[in-house]
Order: sequence, then structure tokens, then C-alpha cells
Amino acid sequence: MSSGGLYRDKVLEHCREPKNYGVIEGADAISKGENKSCGDEVTIYLKVSGDRLTAVQFTSRSCAICRASASMLTELAKGKKVSEAEALDRTDVLNLFGGTIDPVRESCALLPLGAFKSALSELVKHHM
Amino acid sequence: MSELDPQEIRGDFPILERNINGKPLAFLDNAATSQKPKQVLEAIQDFYFRHNSNVLRSDNTLSFEASELYFSSRRKIASFIGAKEEEVVFTKGATDSLNALAVTLAGRYAKKGGRLITSILEHHSNLLPWRTMAKKNGGEIVVVRADRTWRIDIEKLEEELERGSELVTITHVSNVLGTINDVKEIARRAHKHGALVVLDSAQGVPHMPVDVGDMDVDFLAFSGHKMLGPTGIGVLFAKEKLLSSMEPWQMGGGMVKSVEPEGELLEDLPYRFEAGTPHVAGVVGLGAAVDYLKRLGMDSVRRHETDLVRHAFDVLHDDDIEIYGPREPDDVCGIVSFNVKGVHPHDVSSFLDQDGVMIRAGYHCAQPLVNSLGASAVARASFYVYNTPEEIDRLAASAGKAKGILS
Repeated sequence: MSSGGLYRDKVLEHCREPKNYGVIEGADAISKGENKSCGDEVTIYLKVSGDRLTAVQFTSRSCAICRASASMLTELAKGKKVSEAEALDRTDVLNLFGGTIDPVRESCALLPLGAFKSALSELVKHHM
Repeated sequence: MSELDPQEIRGDFPILERNINGKPLAFLDNAATSQKPKQVLEAIQDFYFRHNSNVLRSDNTLSFEASELYFSSRRKIASFIGAKEEEVVFTKGATDSLNALAVTLAGRYAKKGGRLITSILEHHSNLLPWRTMAKKNGGEIVVVRADRTWRIDIEKLEEELERGSELVTITHVSNVLGTINDVKEIARRAHKHGALVVLDSAQGVPHMPVDVGDMDVDFLAFSGHKMLGPTGIGVLFAKEKLLSSMEPWQMGGGMVKSVEPEGELLEDLPYRFEAGTPHVAGVVGLGAAVDYLKRLGMDSVRRHETDLVRHAFDVLHDDDIEIYGPREPDDVCGIVSFNVKGVHPHDVSSFLDQDGVMIRAGYHCAQPLVNSLGASAVARASFYVYNTPEEIDRLAASAGKAKGILS
């Protein structure tokens, strides 16, 4: 496989050996995202200490793009202040794929971000 | 061997000369839309370059020419499906045709106590308009299941007809599995019980000989863009005696003979159902598409696609590939839906795209059917006159590669 295109080496690596995969027992916030049009599911778990995300993990039953996106997003978010994490947006996520996501696959790539944002809202509401 | 020569046909389709991601384009997404031959594009260009004017309105040479092109295209299109000119109404497409019918017929057939019979095989465009109208008017929608061959279960249909129904609205060909319903038998049974038959032939008319008289359906809908024609043009066929009793679903210019303070006198069939300036260029383009298909011969088109389906079944034999629907090529109309074990169909589709092979993945606007297959989504390859066995070989090779890399 070439290193370019949608399934570039980086994306395949994150898909095959995702970072931060697994449930956080005693998470401070949990949120599940679903894409009803294709059946993708991703759950994001957050652990916070003070105003900093000490752990960001996920579990998923999804396509490769959604899984890779969750893996890269959790890498990006882990260790950030909550306020910094709240500023992450769709452009940040799409940039992780180097601009290779076409409009039809955007919903796959952005599903983890939606779940992450919901988890952050829950966190802010109940723990901060 | 089929009689069509896809290599020769490909010469008429400029888009097929494209390379995608450095690979020759293999367009296997024809159930979504077809490509257009030069003959269709030139007919549309010639209309705008030389004959553009409004039709049936003005006393000038261009309007006469445009009107004549409009008439002659309608004659060709009507003859293509065995209908009379008066029975062919131009719409935006099959969806538009079915919505117009649902809106117009619901008051009578979907009122309280009314039961509309449809099937699990339907595209959303032949379910949602009726379901919405039934909800609004207090009627009931009955969804008949498929039998073991993934065609409408005719015995179940008969049971529902016995419970009472005045309207059966079904698909000709499943847009997911390619299975072909026994429309003639369905129409016979429906008529025996006094019910009318609406046929969604969006995947039928483009791919096989269709004769509305032989099938004896009362209404039929199809789209131009799936049969080499342009987007934005489609047909609603209705038997003359039914059409003449129907109310227009749109009012406006071009559909009345006179407007008096107390009312209006409607135009003859089919013009009273074509309010506003029609999509003349689209009609001309669809007429050219019909010329092209007639020259190939619809029997040959059907045989060619059956050969391609047979080839697909042969080369997609891997244990890791699950094919949905029947495995007898003669029972399938140019569509093969499948999944690669362990790989999401959207990934299969995107992966194939990188190899220049275009297919579609998802629900295919037929969520009840796809869910009944036990899948959350499926990958679908769909063929047409310009496709070759070599393109299907590339599909199989790329799917195998996707399995190796993504699962």
C-alpha cells in the first residue's frame, strides 16, 4: 500500500493497533456516538485531574476510518487542559487525515469527535 | 458470449477514458446513476445550440422545432415501454413520479380503512411517499416479505389482497439485490382482487425489455439518468383511463386550455400533468438515450449484464466474501451486493476507489431490506452496457487486497 491516499500508513497503523483503546474503569465522563446510517459505534471515556485530561480512551465497533480517527483524536486530546480540548474542532480532526476525507466519509471521521465533545460537556457539567 | 461489444461501446463514453488515482476508471456504480454517451450529450448540446425555445406556446420557428423534438422524444420513450404517448408524463425522475402518485391517489386509497400493499424490497422512494400519505390520511401500509429467492412472496401478497386492498405498490427490481419480481403474476393477482398496481421500475426499464401492456401494470415510474440519459428527467406512465380520471398534482402554465373566472378547462393528456415549462433538453436527452439503447437491443443489454453477474459470482468466490441474494445469474439484474468479512463496506468502497474501481456502500436507500439481510450496510457493484469482465476482475482483486490490509 502506498503511503498516500485515505488508507495511508499512519491511518492503517492507528486502525490495526489503536492507541488508547479500552474502557476506563471509574471514568469521569463517558459518551457514546452512533452513526445510524452505517452502524458505526464509538464510546469515549475521560478521566480528569484538576483541569487536565489525564486519560482519554475509546472503544469502537466501526469502520477503519472511524477507528483511526478515534485513535488519533485520543492521542491529540490526552494531557490537554479541558479548555484546550474544548477548542478542538472538525478541521483538527480532518487534518489528522491529511485532507483525504471525502464528504461521504466525513461522518465516519467525525463520529469520535462528536462523542468526545459530548463527554467533555458531561465532564464540565458534573466535575468542574 | 454476449452480443454487445463493450469495448466498442466504451468509445462513446468520454468519461470512461479517465484515470482515477492513476488507474483506469472502472465504473461499477450504475444502480446509482449511469454514464452518458456522446450521442446523448450531443443531442442536448444541439438542442441548446440550435433549437432552444419554449414548447407548445409561441408561434415561431424555434418553438416549432423545440416542440417537434419534444413530441418525437415522447413518442420514442412511450414506444420503448409499450405505452401510448398520452400515457407518458414527464417528471423529474422516479422519485418525483412516485411522490406525485402518492399525493394524488392517497385521498382515495390511503384513507381510513384503506390498506396499501408494498414490500420489504422497496427503495425508500417507493415507501416513504406512501407511508407519509397513509399517516396523513389515516390509512395503513402493509409490507409483504420476500420469499427465499428474495423476490416478493406472492402467496403472502395474495393473503394480504384477500384481507382487502385497492393499491399494490412494488419495485420491479431490487436496487440492493437485483432480484426481479414476477410483476406479471403480481398484477394478475392484484387485478383479480380489484387492486391497482404501481411499479417502481427505476432499476428495470434501464436493464431489460419492458412492456407495460404485457406486464399489465397500471402505473410505472422510472428515471432517465439510470439509463444513459441526463439527470432531472423521468417518466410516470399511467394507463389512459386512469390518467384521465386523475387530478393534476401541479397547476400552472401549459396545462390548461382556458381559464375563466369560475374555473379552468384542462389540457389533453398528458399535458395537463406537465405544468410549467418542461425540461425540454432533458426530454431530448432521454430520447437520445432511448435511441442508443434500442440500437443495442434490450435483450442484448440484459444478456450482457447477466454474463457480467455470472462472472462476478465466479471471481468473488472467496470464503471471506459474502454475497447477498440469489446465486443464479439469470435471477439477478446487473447488481451484486456483498461484504468482505472483517472489513466495513464503507472501507471496501473507499479502498476500491483508490484502485479506480467505483462502487457504493451503505443502505442504498433501502434500509428495511438491508437490515433484513442481517447487515448494517453492504457494498454494491452494479453493471451496465460498457462494463467488462476485466473490470470485475479488478474489483475482486482490490476487495481481496482490502481484506489483507484492513481486516
